[in-house]
Amino acid sequence: MTYLAQIVFVLVLAGAAFILSKRIKRIKGNIQLGKPLATDGHSSERLKNMLLIALGQKKMFKKIIPAFLHLLIYVGFLVINLEVLEFILDGILGTHRLFAPYLGGFYNVLMNVFEFLAVAVLFSCVAFLIRRNLLRVKRFYAEEMTSWPTLDANLILVIEIVLMVAILTMNATDQLLQVRDEHYTATGSLFFSSFLMPLFENMSTGTLIVVERFAWWFHIVGILGFAVYVTYSKHLHIFLAFPNTYYAHLKAKGEMTNMDSVTNEVNMMLGIQTDQNTAPAEVGRFGAKDVNDLSWLNIMNAYSCTECGRCTSECPANQTGKKLSPRKIMMDTRDRAEEVGKSLASGGKGLEDGKSLLGDYVTNEEINACTSCNACVEACPVNINPLEIILEMRRYVAMEESGSPASWNSMFQNIETSFAPWKFAPTDRFNWSQELKEESSS
Amino acid sequence: MSEIKIPVMADKAAAGETPEILFWVGCAGSFDERYKSVTKAFIKILNKVDVSFAVLGPEEACTGDPARRAGNEFLFQMQAVANIQVMNGYNVKKVVTACPHCFNTIKNEYPALGGNYEVIHHATFLQQLINEGKVSLKGGGEFKGKKITYHDSCYLGRANNIYEAPREVLEALDAELVEMKRCRTKGFCCGAGGAQMFKDAEKGNKEVNIERTEEALQTGADTIAVACPFCMTMMSDGVKNKEKENTVKVKDLAELIAEAEGL
Repeated sequence: MTYLAQIVFVLVLAGAAFILSKRIKRIKGNIQLGKPLATDGHSSERLKNMLLIALGQKKMFKKIIPAFLHLLIYVGFLVINLEVLEFILDGILGTHRLFAPYLGGFYNVLMNVFEFLAVAVLFSCVAFLIRRNLLRVKRFYAEEMTSWPTLDANLILVIEIVLMVAILTMNATDQLLQVRDEHYTATGSLFFSSFLMPLFENMSTGTLIVVERFAWWFHIVGILGFAVYVTYSKHLHIFLAFPNTYYAHLKAKGEMTNMDSVTNEVNMMLGIQTDQNTAPAEVGRFGAKDVNDLSWLNIMNAYSCTECGRCTSECPANQTGKKLSPRKIMMDTRDRAEEVGKSLASGGKGLEDGKSLLGDYVTNEEINACTSCNACVEACPVNINPLEIILEMRRYVAMEESGSPASWNSMFQNIETSFAPWKFAPTDRFNWSQELKEESSS
Repeated sequence: MSEIKIPVMADKAAAGETPEILFWVGCAGSFDERYKSVTKAFIKILNKVDVSFAVLGPEEACTGDPARRAGNEFLFQMQAVANIQVMNGYNVKKVVTACPHCFNTIKNEYPALGGNYEVIHHATFLQQLINEGKVSLKGGGEFKGKKITYHDSCYLGRANNIYEAPREVLEALDAELVEMKRCRTKGFCCGAGGAQMFKDAEKGNKEVNIERTEEALQTGADTIAVACPFCMTMMSDGVKNKEKENTVKVKDLAELIAEAEGL
């Protein structure tokens, strides 16, 4: 009988691992649809960013209440995962509370810490559900927050609550069993689950065993299932926040990446000799029309987005009623990468499906509304950069389609002919000096 | 007062001199009626502190910033490479400008195209002058007791992490500096960046500059200080729209310093 449980457990574990590895491979492939990017060393600075921003949650604390609630869930997630290790080993070996004999009295301390965190996670998830659904915090309600993103957010919170309830139920029934049957490993008193014991103490030992086992299986299968679910949801930030903050640009936020392919042509046009006598690399498309024109970092940014909407709530265009929402730009980028990846995996047309990120997902009206103010970049707790994607799309529109707004085309023309964005005669550029001399001598 | 000097690079080079600083005026500083007075105020300050500087004059051209932000990388690079050739030709080492967009472009984006200079925005330059005691403001002057609010330019603030220099300049005026609800890293854009200056806003329910002006007016400040030509236009338009132009002034840092100095 115990062997049967072990076999079932190993099969469940293997099944979850198989699906997970396939999903990870797919997401990795989708991210690699993007163009290569030189991530130029500076590893200590990058590490520091990752430790401060991802591990240390530095940017989360710009909004103190959600930051605190989130911190509880985050610490709970990190620490309770230690217990998952015991769950997995118990499942494979057919043991029960494998670590208890080795840790002695410390096991009790550890279990009480886990229970405290489980309760903290529960509390935070309930608070988050209230913020989302009852207080209706504004940034959770926007055009891009359609049925799936809304359901996804609530599902994650509900799943976490249910998983925590399972842990506490398991500990409560286990404590009762420890009294009735000496074969059960003694854990010592567990503070929080003790409050649940009255619910179960009138049950027969047989029923208690069933409830305890059910809670154990529910928790571990639930966690494995949740791990698979995460790869389909916005919740991937729990892993991707780390590489995302590590690889985020270190340069000043105001700097746009130079297009070297254009530099080659400009130098040739102006007859400037360069050190590189190599033929210009094959120029693909200027700017970005689809996900493969973006960098892999842009796409990883998209997979790291947990749709918190801090970017959108700071965006001056969005806050004054324009169509642009930086969060939507990230969601669209991820959805398009998923669509292309899915198509490629089933032998479909992939990028050649007649659709594209710009056009089918993002409109010109959205990208034209951006003031490039960097508020979205500043606001993102995990250093996602929606602005770069917007500006890459503008490059495509301007250089491949000549489709910029008419007044921008006039501005381009003014710069070309008068060397200023306004239509002034270049010979008048220095008139102010004469004016100043006259004013100050009078 | 001795005659104001506006040295031009070409003349200096012809005389075999290499001025320490190139004052990059920018297109708004050269052509925009309102922003020309910022250029003039800054020139007066440069004259007063007797620093070795020159301007490019007719040789200056748009940095290409609005073209690049609007997506026209070709045009940007054409402008950039031409400007870099001119500046490198004069062996320019240090550039000061009163435009955060020119500042950002020359400082951060010209190096990739062969233009490497020490670039300073005039807010930082003014702060240095004050710290060095070269501009010693008459305490208790005309700004004493007046409320000034500072509007962060995105291209100085978030783009380049310059938040304190402009505030220190204002504090030197002995005025009361009052902050808007959204300031520093959370500063709300004036609405003109990213080449928005050169087109109508997309459809929405409010203009960005109106939203920002309302916030500035809520502080009760008599003066809205700015450090960017685009912010200057947007905030001035906002104040006019709210019919407050008689009571609330929009002023650049250089203008305020020049006024306090009686220049």
